[in-house]
Amino acid sequence: MNKPRLATLWLDGCSGCHMSLLDTDERLLDLAARVDLVYSPLVDCKLYPEAVDIACIEGAVSTAEDECRLRSVRERTKCLIALGDCAVTGNVPAMRNTWGTDTVLRSVYLEREALAARIPTEDLPLLSDKALPLHTFVKVDFFLPGCPPSADTIFSALTALIEGRSADLRLNTGFGT
Amino acid sequence: MEQQITIEPVTRIEGHAKISLFLNDSGQVADARFQVTQIRGFEKFVEGRPFFEMPSLTARTCGICPVSHELASAKACDQLLAVTIPETAKNLRRLLNWGQLIQSHALSFFYLSAPDLLLGMDHPPETRHFLGIAAQDPQFARDGIRLRQFGQQVIERLAGRRIHPSWVVPGGVNTPLSEETRTDLLNDIPEVKNLALSHLQRFKQSLEQYQEYIEHFACFPSLYLALTNDANTLEHYDGRLRIIDQQGTLLKDSSSPTEYASWIGEAIEPWSYLKFPYYVPHGYPDGMYRVGPLARLNIAARCGTELADRELDAFRALQAGPIQSSFHYHYARLIEILYAVEMIENLLSDPAITDQRVRATAGVNNTEAVGMMEAPRGTLIHHYKVSNDGLIQWANLIIATGHNNLAMHRGILQAAQRYLGHGELHEGLLNRIEAVIRAFDPCLACSTHAVGHMPLDVQLIGPDGTRLKHIRR
Ligand code: SF4
Repeated sequence: MNKPRLATLWLDGCSGCHMSLLDTDERLLDLAARVDLVYSPLVDCKLYPEAVDIACIEGAVSTAEDECRLRSVRERTKCLIALGDCAVTGNVPAMRNTWGTDTVLRSVYLEREALAARIPTEDLPLLSDKALPLHTFVKVDFFLPGCPPSADTIFSALTALIEGRSADLRLNTGFGT
Repeated sequence: MEQQITIEPVTRIEGHAKISLFLNDSGQVADARFQVTQIRGFEKFVEGRPFFEMPSLTARTCGICPVSHELASAKACDQLLAVTIPETAKNLRRLLNWGQLIQSHALSFFYLSAPDLLLGMDHPPETRHFLGIAAQDPQFARDGIRLRQFGQQVIERLAGRRIHPSWVVPGGVNTPLSEETRTDLLNDIPEVKNLALSHLQRFKQSLEQYQEYIEHFACFPSLYLALTNDANTLEHYDGRLRIIDQQGTLLKDSSSPTEYASWIGEAIEPWSYLKFPYYVPHGYPDGMYRVGPLARLNIAARCGTELADRELDAFRALQAGPIQSSFHYHYARLIEILYAVEMIENLLSDPAITDQRVRATAGVNNTEAVGMMEAPRGTLIHHYKVSNDGLIQWANLIIATGHNNLAMHRGILQAAQRYLGHGELHEGLLNRIEAVIRAFDPCLACSTHAVGHMPLDVQLIGPDGTRLKHIRR
């Protein structure tokens, strides 16, 4: 039987959720033995492949580019996990929402004594109005809250999914913890 | 024929970026841009929040070095309170910081860069990653995991959790260290010290085979910036900001933290969200400087621990004056891991470390403060202004990776000229350009206070501005 194909992605997050996945320490190698890691910041594959079984997505959706990637990942993935509070609720990236994108950019680039002060726009993805959680855009199959979710939580969730035990998942999770 | 080179995403770095390479009329690479493509706006959205939230809030800029942000932030907050924190609290913060230094350096070396070094730049990309190493040299992978784990365990045992702990507070830390934790950590020291030493030896023995990279991976003179203490030994938590020139001569030694603003300027380019800090007296872009492990080892007179000092002597023997190749960031990182293990042992061996007084309390007694410390990737600066009620009115964060922005540009240009100017383009050549970036270990999560999935887009642009090449892996 083919091994399940696993992918992990960062959108607008702090990488803490990915670090928590690495905090599985040696269990990472056990996990790696049971899946094919086909796409991740940790590996060198540059294009999101077809027919992925499980994708863990960290971070909120902050640009049109993020949204585009999320949608194409959804199309190519059976089971999509919102990994961590940013993906689940918007969390920290969404703190800019109350200010408005324009105010934030003006503050960071124009209102501090920088040389050649201007807002960078050339050949760059522009920030959307708001940073929003994944389920605003696509169907999410599992939500793993936590900032970040603990390594044990991520490990149990992934093992259960690999073993097809998703119905009786009892995870120790909580927002912000 | 329209062609464009794209490496997308840049993998095995920590952030969100793309690269453009500009050709001149004769087809040589004339200019390079390293574009950081995301921004979160921490400086703005923290406005109005109470200052005591700042350590935990700014930790969320980065999951790799949250402790650095917590400490820079807490140091600024200590000054808002106008308190001197208890000596034990200071030492506990130091321990936490060295734990983080070890895990972050281990991540950079073992997980992100070792695939290039051990498997080779031209190894097939499908298996050129940490799990590929695990398949080929399981012991190497396990050692890397163990070193990173030890660093994370230092944090977990002191602060309750590995990522974004809320133990560091304005005025000190939340809870003292128990005798039991002290013993547990000390018990692990001999094992990790051996690991640190043996991988440093192994790296040194392999240096000869990397000569080509040493000469072309951002190898040029520059200024260097880091904190040092009064004894002029390696310092990550406290001390004065110091900048040296390419010969190693001292240019500036700050007497107060707020002084940074008069000699570190920030420039903005329209094509990157990451600003370009520069040394003001030398102007932009000539005031390019480097920070991080290489800068720290170039600036400090000694490490201050036995084994690391021995290693520092060997490191210094590589070249007269400051070490110039950014490839040696790897080497410097391994020396710092060893140093951090020795320092953790030293501090834990002092019974005063379990003292119960670990926090000073006070109200707001200052309305402006600057907190600085050495994050794994270099000097981190948090600058706050607060209202009399302690609500943040203004904040500025200058981040390690930002400091290195100009030098990373120069480094990419140098490597591109070496590897892409002529002949056939192939994946391994592009990987060499990525590898230059990995040597700096940029943390783009921190630097734009945002992180993405780390795409690196490389495009070749002709003299008339058209895109010439496009390669995807
Ligand atoms: S949920 Fe927390 S740990 Fe995860 S990306 Fe967001 S801020 Fe970072």
